[in-house]
Amino acid sequence: MDDFYRDYILDHYRNPRNFGRLEGADASAEDLNPLCGDQIRMELKVDKSGLVQDVKFSGKGCAISQASASMLTESIKGKSLSEIATLPKEAVLENVGIGISPTRMKCAMLGLKVLKSAAIGELAAWPDEA
Amino acid sequence: MSVAIADPKVRRIIADFPILQRPTSRGKRLVYLDSAATSQKPQVVIDALVNYYSQYNANIHRGVYEIAERATAEFEKARETVASFFNAQTQEIIWTRNTTESINLVSYSWGLQNVGRGDAILVTQLEHHSNLVPWQVLAEKTGAELRFIPVDDRGLHVLDDLDALLDSCKLVALSHVSNSLGTIAPLDIIIPRAHAAGALVMVDGAQAAPNMPVDLKALDADFYAFSAHKMCGPTGIGVLYGKRALLEGMPPFLTGGDMIRKVEYTKSTFNELPWKFEAGTSNVADAIAFAVAVDYLRGIGMEWVRDHEHRLVTYALERLATLESRGLAIYGPRDPARIADVISFNFGDVHPHDLASILDTDGVCVRAGHHCTMPLMEKMGWPATARASFYIYNTEEDIDALVTGIEKAARVFKL
Repeated sequence: MDDFYRDYILDHYRNPRNFGRLEGADASAEDLNPLCGDQIRMELKVDKSGLVQDVKFSGKGCAISQASASMLTESIKGKSLSEIATLPKEAVLENVGIGISPTRMKCAMLGLKVLKSAAIGELAAWPDEA
Repeated sequence: MSVAIADPKVRRIIADFPILQRPTSRGKRLVYLDSAATSQKPQVVIDALVNYYSQYNANIHRGVYEIAERATAEFEKARETVASFFNAQTQEIIWTRNTTESINLVSYSWGLQNVGRGDAILVTQLEHHSNLVPWQVLAEKTGAELRFIPVDDRGLHVLDDLDALLDSCKLVALSHVSNSLGTIAPLDIIIPRAHAAGALVMVDGAQAAPNMPVDLKALDADFYAFSAHKMCGPTGIGVLYGKRALLEGMPPFLTGGDMIRKVEYTKSTFNELPWKFEAGTSNVADAIAFAVAVDYLRGIGMEWVRDHEHRLVTYALERLATLESRGLAIYGPRDPARIADVISFNFGDVHPHDLASILDTDGVCVRAGHHCTMPLMEKMGWPATARASFYIYNTEEDIDALVTGIEKAARVFKL
């Protein structure tokens, strides 16, 4: 587990990308991990053709939840909402995949769950359980 | 993976716990610092469960054959053992599932009968959700007012306005020991003053019963609740103690089999104490095993348990204080005499869940989160904390392993 906290994870934890609020967001969602209280909010700006123009996330919690969300936001600009709605858990695991215990997997998946919720307009299932 | 333990008594205690003889999956010694969540179980308690199920498993109270009579006798003897350990009458010991169910029993049975609009229920800002939510629900149902004894920024009770808070108060409900900060409540002050003001007192003893001598007669609380699993016993069984006259005047909480005297198609009369409050088949095995746990603790001596934990808390506060200059924040009282078994802390910008995961790699088990005290965390401005708690089988070496683990987290997080 301690192998997990690599430099780029700590960098995303301490310097989260696309962090903040988005004025006039077209889609948004917010959720928390009831196991430990991690919170994530995702806000999206979508253009006329349905592609994500901009994304911001906000929240608080452990390094795994915040770094996972931060890395996720770097890879979704230009994607359609339907593409986001069907993103698999691997979208997170390829960033942070190794050595996460089952309990902490929820921390890693929270950002993706909230992003998918924003895309479909209702609370999405946990990606690791879907 | 083993360490040399100097104190022969502690060495013998550790040998009683099979889980402490097993290495973790990474081959580390298990350093269990989460006994406030649940304690480990000695072999004698595990054996008691196995013996019941393998030798005399039968339902109690109406069987006339040998193993049913033995099960009934052992079950009722367990109640006597627990009553005598806590200096209560046998009829005053009601078996429940756990502390939470005990508190709900009082809230629904005594509360709905005795609390109404214009009355107040007084709790503290330290309470576990189990001793807060039932009173929120009772206040909502009855129109009563929910009030709070404040705590200061070290988690110590502030009693300056106690008289005003007790005005038209029907019940004071508070924890004997805080599960988040370890604070020992000044019950010797609060209980007599509550009684003088005409209020009853319900004590959540979940964190006190395992850690210090509790004499219910001397304490003079009207209700006292605790769970077996935090004091070497099995999960799934707890106790509500209530003063006999109060319990006799209260209506049943759950109804059905075993709690009745006579049932007709349209009405029933109820059994006497304590069975009036024990509907359905009881948790026979766990009650019997709990009595074995209580006898085990009696053999160790609760005065020794309190002294041992006081030594550990004192040592832990000293060791953890050496990390304060590197960003460790220690919460709760700093005087070990005011703490039972718990120390809460945070380290730099390392989230407590990350800290707990890093400690886990070295076999060190601590809890991280809000510890079921979300309003307290909110009031103090802590998103979450890490919590180490100590019990009879812990040693100074365990605390050294905790400190080493925190130093490792400092390296991992480059602090």
